[in-house]
Amino acid sequence: MIVRSIAKYLAILWICCGAAYAEVAVTIGYLERVEPQPPVLSNLDPIPEDEGLAGAELGLKDNATTGRFLKQTYSLEPRIVVEDGDFVSAARDLLAITPFIIVKAPGSDLLALADLPEAGSAVVFNAGSPDTALREASCRANVLHTLPSRAMLTDALAQFGVRRKWTDWVILSGPNAKDQAFAGALEASAQKFGIRILESKVWDVDADMRRNAFQELPLFTQDFPEHDVLVVADETDDFGRYVPFNAWEPRPVAGTEGLVPAAWDRTVEQWGAAQLQNRFEELAGRTMRPVDYAAWAAMRTIGEAVTRTNQAEAGPIRGYILSDDFELAGFKGRPQTFRTWNGQMRQPIPLTHPRAVVAQAPFEGFLHQRTELDTLGIDEAESACKAFRE
Amino acid sequence: MRRFLTVAGFTLGLGLSSATADEIWVSNEKDDTISVIDIDTLEVVRTIEVGERPRGITFAIDHSVLYLCASDSDTVQVIDPETGKILHELPSGEDPEQFVLHPDNRHLYIANEDDAITTVVDTETRKVIAQIDVGIEPEGMAVSPDGKIAITTSETTNMAHWIDTDSQELFANTIVDQRPRHAEFTHDGSELWVSSEIGGTITVFDRESQTEKAKIDFEIQGIHPDRVQPVGFEMTRDGKHVFVALGPSNHIAVVDPKTYVVTDYILVGRRVWHMAFNGDESLLFTTNGVSGDVTVIDVAELAPVKTIKVGRFPWGAAYRPTN
Repeated sequence: MIVRSIAKYLAILWICCGAAYAEVAVTIGYLERVEPQPPVLSNLDPIPEDEGLAGAELGLKDNATTGRFLKQTYSLEPRIVVEDGDFVSAARDLLAITPFIIVKAPGSDLLALADLPEAGSAVVFNAGSPDTALREASCRANVLHTLPSRAMLTDALAQFGVRRKWTDWVILSGPNAKDQAFAGALEASAQKFGIRILESKVWDVDADMRRNAFQELPLFTQDFPEHDVLVVADETDDFGRYVPFNAWEPRPVAGTEGLVPAAWDRTVEQWGAAQLQNRFEELAGRTMRPVDYAAWAAMRTIGEAVTRTNQAEAGPIRGYILSDDFELAGFKGRPQTFRTWNGQMRQPIPLTHPRAVVAQAPFEGFLHQRTELDTLGIDEAESACKAFRE
Repeated sequence: MRRFLTVAGFTLGLGLSSATADEIWVSNEKDDTISVIDIDTLEVVRTIEVGERPRGITFAIDHSVLYLCASDSDTVQVIDPETGKILHELPSGEDPEQFVLHPDNRHLYIANEDDAITTVVDTETRKVIAQIDVGIEPEGMAVSPDGKIAITTSETTNMAHWIDTDSQELFANTIVDQRPRHAEFTHDGSELWVSSEIGGTITVFDRESQTEKAKIDFEIQGIHPDRVQPVGFEMTRDGKHVFVALGPSNHIAVVDPKTYVVTDYILVGRRVWHMAFNGDESLLFTTNGVSGDVTVIDVAELAPVKTIKVGRFPWGAAYRPTN
């Protein structure tokens, strides 16, 4: 009897407190431009077609579970634009439905979307482009970045080099623009952390490495000066896989091959990450990649902001995301927040080889007055981004 | 058995304490074992092989059996504490991580981490009597001293879910800071405490209204706030202290439960996780996951007295009186 009356009392309380949460329905757009893939030497690891979208879908499910208890519902509107398709009109379509858009597209598309008049009050998440320039001179106040910039990735590697006293590097880069962008980021990080880059070479041999790796790479790397690490800059994923164990000198390989800094990797399992990996694999039937992680983090960022503010207006949501109150538990052991000067999500960077996490940046000893996470990437004082300084 | 050992010890002229002393049982997550610590000698006296990835660990109220979440074996194992033998297994739902035994000494409330479910198992009939949908990655489990309310906290949904144990239904869901890990009611049942690992706080709820009553922050000089991550905690029966494990900051915080003020920090092993008191609460045993050991804290002095090597990644701890 007592139990029942308490139950009744509690039921009344539930109604009372539930009412504090108004019903909120949030639509999130996902916009992708299918990018042409240049031919590569090996067909072993094609990029999954649903890379990014699968991460957004998992984030949506995570948000929906929380929303179920708070009368908040979430829906996803994906739009995939083919290689030569009209990205801007797809963007306009989505902006007519929702101000929240997660984007996996080249920087030029991202900026075209951000600069649309309809996007003025939108909250756009860049989950696909690591271009540091998008967080710098080309930054936009309506674009947040959940994928780490190249600068963050190469800073992580440089910190690792300093930490291990492997400070003499040589660079072997690919000829494509993004390979060269990675190589450029390596140079900047080296300068920032006191790494010496003794020589930098561009891979220009068009032999088929499957047959010739053993002949070509030792010769190509023979004249590198004495070094600690051979750093590969091959974002195209073309020749990099043939470098380990084939260079002239027996040195560890890092960069886009060997020891790789990335937003995420299947080997990350600490801090509850194993549960996220399991949920993703169950949903997508494959392992989670950095772009999936960035799309998931963008979706969860929106979810967190809606949960905590109990509304879905773009302005207040953006304000909350950039406030001190916001934080996201991103399964990397530290709360993840956004840099108020360029909209980049702060996050630890795991350094992994194909079978394990080797270390996670930032490393102890790299100090920062605000948070050690800000030792990775462009810091406020150096930032060329003006759009966030109203 | 105990008597036999006593007699044997006596005839051999050895000390009796090792056979009769109270014990702390520690689950070693990455060794699939339990380390049994003798409280008198502060040494590991037994290592028991159990199921895969043992985490949540608790004794029946009469200490007749031990319940253990063997997470990767998807089961709760029931173990005879005298022999260390596994008596039988309980259906637990998938990936049981943590659980709490109802004061009726019969119903286990189990968090199924991978399934977003809380499973209620009757330990007598060995049947599942209810499954309750909760948030993503349920972990922390608590039950009020009067048995009327059970709590599940969900790590990714960031909530404490309040379960009416009469109907086995949720009657409230309260938001806490990022990544809640552990929940406990105060001994008088008037408050619910929930730790948030990534949020770095403990939220104190008033039980009657389910509203937030206080929030406790932690600050350790020389350690960045990001690394101060409250996880497991235990309250003394005398209402003087709450001990809070602060994960990778390698410290235990001492909180005054009346004022919610942190009064002290105690350095322990690496990535401190959960803890258990001995019978008179004069000693506290903390599991230190990364360093693979247990720190023994003198509760009166609020100081560590010994470190005991156990298995790999010790997770939970439970006290067993033997007298």
